[in-house]
Amino acid sequence: MPGLDALPLAASESNLLAARELMAFTLAFHIVLACLGVALPAMILTANWLGLRRGDADAMRLARRWSKAMGVTFAVGAVTGTVLSFEFGLLWPQFMARFGDAFGIAFAIEGIFFFTEAIFLAIYIYGWKRLSGWAHWWSGVPMVITGIGGAFSVVTANSWMNAPQGFTLDAAGRVVETEPLKVLFNPAWHYEVPHMILAAYMVVGFLVASIYAVGMLRGRRDRLHRLGLLIPLTVACIVTPIQLFVGDTAAREVADHQPAKFAGFECIQETGTHQTEYIGGICTSDGVKAAIPIPDLDSFLVGFSADTKVIGLEDIPADERPPANTLLHLAFDAMVGIGTALLGLAAWLAFVWWRRRDIPRTAWFLRAVAVSGVGAIVALWAGWIVTEVGRQPWIVQGYMRTSEAVTEAEGIWFAFAGVLVLYAGLGAGAILVLRAMSRRWREGDEGGEAETPYGPAATPEAKTG
Amino acid sequence: MSKADLAAAILWIGATMYAIFAGADFGGGLWDLIAGDAERGKKPRARIQRSIAPVWEANHVWLIFILVVLWTAFPEAFGAIMSTLYVPLALAALGIVLRGAGFAFRKSVDSLSQQRALGATFAISSVLTPFFMGTVVGAVASGNVPAEGNGAAFSSWLEPLPLLTGALFVASGAYLAAIFLVADSHRVDDKEMEGYFSARALAAGLVAGGLAVAGLIALHGEARYVYDRLIVEGLPFVIISILCGFGVLGLLLGRGRRGLRPLAAGAVVAVIWGWGVAQFPYLLPTSLTISDAAAPGPTLTAILVVFCVAAVTILPALGLLYTLAQRDVVGESGE
Repeated sequence: MPGLDALPLAASESNLLAARELMAFTLAFHIVLACLGVALPAMILTANWLGLRRGDADAMRLARRWSKAMGVTFAVGAVTGTVLSFEFGLLWPQFMARFGDAFGIAFAIEGIFFFTEAIFLAIYIYGWKRLSGWAHWWSGVPMVITGIGGAFSVVTANSWMNAPQGFTLDAAGRVVETEPLKVLFNPAWHYEVPHMILAAYMVVGFLVASIYAVGMLRGRRDRLHRLGLLIPLTVACIVTPIQLFVGDTAAREVADHQPAKFAGFECIQETGTHQTEYIGGICTSDGVKAAIPIPDLDSFLVGFSADTKVIGLEDIPADERPPANTLLHLAFDAMVGIGTALLGLAAWLAFVWWRRRDIPRTAWFLRAVAVSGVGAIVALWAGWIVTEVGRQPWIVQGYMRTSEAVTEAEGIWFAFAGVLVLYAGLGAGAILVLRAMSRRWREGDEGGEAETPYGPAATPEAKTG
Repeated sequence: MSKADLAAAILWIGATMYAIFAGADFGGGLWDLIAGDAERGKKPRARIQRSIAPVWEANHVWLIFILVVLWTAFPEAFGAIMSTLYVPLALAALGIVLRGAGFAFRKSVDSLSQQRALGATFAISSVLTPFFMGTVVGAVASGNVPAEGNGAAFSSWLEPLPLLTGALFVASGAYLAAIFLVADSHRVDDKEMEGYFSARALAAGLVAGGLAVAGLIALHGEARYVYDRLIVEGLPFVIISILCGFGVLGLLLGRGRRGLRPLAAGAVVAVIWGWGVAQFPYLLPTSLTISDAAAPGPTLTAILVVFCVAAVTILPALGLLYTLAQRDVVGESGE
């Protein structure tokens, strides 16, 4: 990278940290909205289908309300997604300049999916009442398909960063040949993509259900709330056991393909068999402190036998080890722990439903559902910390370091501070708007939107021009 | 035409679509901004809102399309532009966030004061976003983005040509928006708004035309390569643009409505393609050609295939959306 040598090392390291924090923050914000874009249409269409098929007015009302809410979250998601597209270039210009021709292919496909989703979302949201019932329902179907297709494209681009292939470099390190299909179907796509799509369905299912659980805890125990809880919760509970299976597979694949990442989040220092699984704790070079150790379990989880050899960090060159091992380890444990707790919640619902065709009567069930939405989001973030921090110091595993990719532009910390303020306003605005809609719905205004007019200011002097 | 040239053409098609459709959405924001106080601006703002609401997100996706094609098909150019023009690009991104959020939120909040604040956010950012995007295009045309990237962070775009291009972007968006709003008002037989936006279309057209002339002079001074080709190879496009512009002028003065939108769009499209022809064969005049910047063949093929798929899926879907919106099957009142 020309010019980097001229910078004092501390400055470029500070820039790198700022760029990584900014990327992580904007990604964490966007991923929640992206989940809504991927999985909410399926919940809406389920409710809409019940409404049409069974003449269920409550289900119909839910579908309409959720689609209104989605109008807001999709708009915010569209702009925060655009910010990420800009950030690829603004924060990591060297990465894009060198690998855009391989990394970008998946995004070109994503463009089609996103475009189609935006178009049919508009038709669906603005088509209530004017389109006939089933024509309207079918206008929503492309959203479900494009949501999944879009998730595939974006996540396979990320999995390519973890398991890059499908390109040839010349002596100067430039990409001279590409194989698009190998880029798209890289060795990591088959576990990363389903893991994220299922995560989206879990996040949205538990999140929407949690909103109605809170309503029920506040005494609003009508049929609408029951249905609003059950539709998304059923979807989430079906998905959760599959997710644990996919996640388990993913961890084993990471152990094979990215041993440094695996050793990082499992805090394995020495290569060997009979590795102990540590739950919680602090990772140090002398081993894990203050953790719950389970002898042999780590080796067993990787190869179904305690004799499985697992690579430790000692065998990874010092400058290729992931940073922040304790953070990685705790993020991994948080993801698995929350996932397991959500599986318990799913089993609870399934058992009681099987016995008496009803949700558990205790308020503790509703309390558990009420926190499940936030829990699922925390697990989602933890999972992205594992995969992204765990890949460091690489941006393209084995080919390009994140420090080589980062911009030379100054003032990233200021940009980060500005983005924090901006996104705080964006998040608060979205929540306030959704709450205002919900309040209007409770007051019987099904439109849920304020009437125009509006105006910049009453007095011309107050205008900015 | 080589595959690289075809990929560049796709990039220009994306830019054209974005300029026409998203440009008009931005222009709507400008008219919203200067529509006066809540009482006086009520009718035009409602008209603007109805026209923009169902389509702006779909129109916005053309920007994503441009970015994706640029970074995949011409990664070096993308890196060079991003590492040089990060200031106006970051400001444009800020504007995109504020515009989208302001627009999405304002129709859902209760109090007039909140609606005003969000409306102002939407409207001001609708002006700033195309302005900064225009400075980026102007800086590229000026040859201020070196192929290796990391060009001057400020002087690259704080020059007459980039600033004029920014102003031209704002004016042409306002021009298109006013024309589209004239047509929309005509369709619903709203005579008052038809006249209101007709006057504004005329004013915006004259301003845009004036800026285009000033831009040509700046081009002569700051981007000689582009200027020289524009007045030779690009001349047909310049003539088409001028003819379309006068055609619109005639229609507006003669109260004609048929052909108004295609002519207005034609005036803008001709400028975009004239610029493309004038830059040819450079992507970054005069340091990086299209063929030197191009990704390896299989990646370009992938882009071409994706574009063909998009042409048979997205364009009909977009057509459906616009048709439904024009027939009021989808719309604000269609809840």
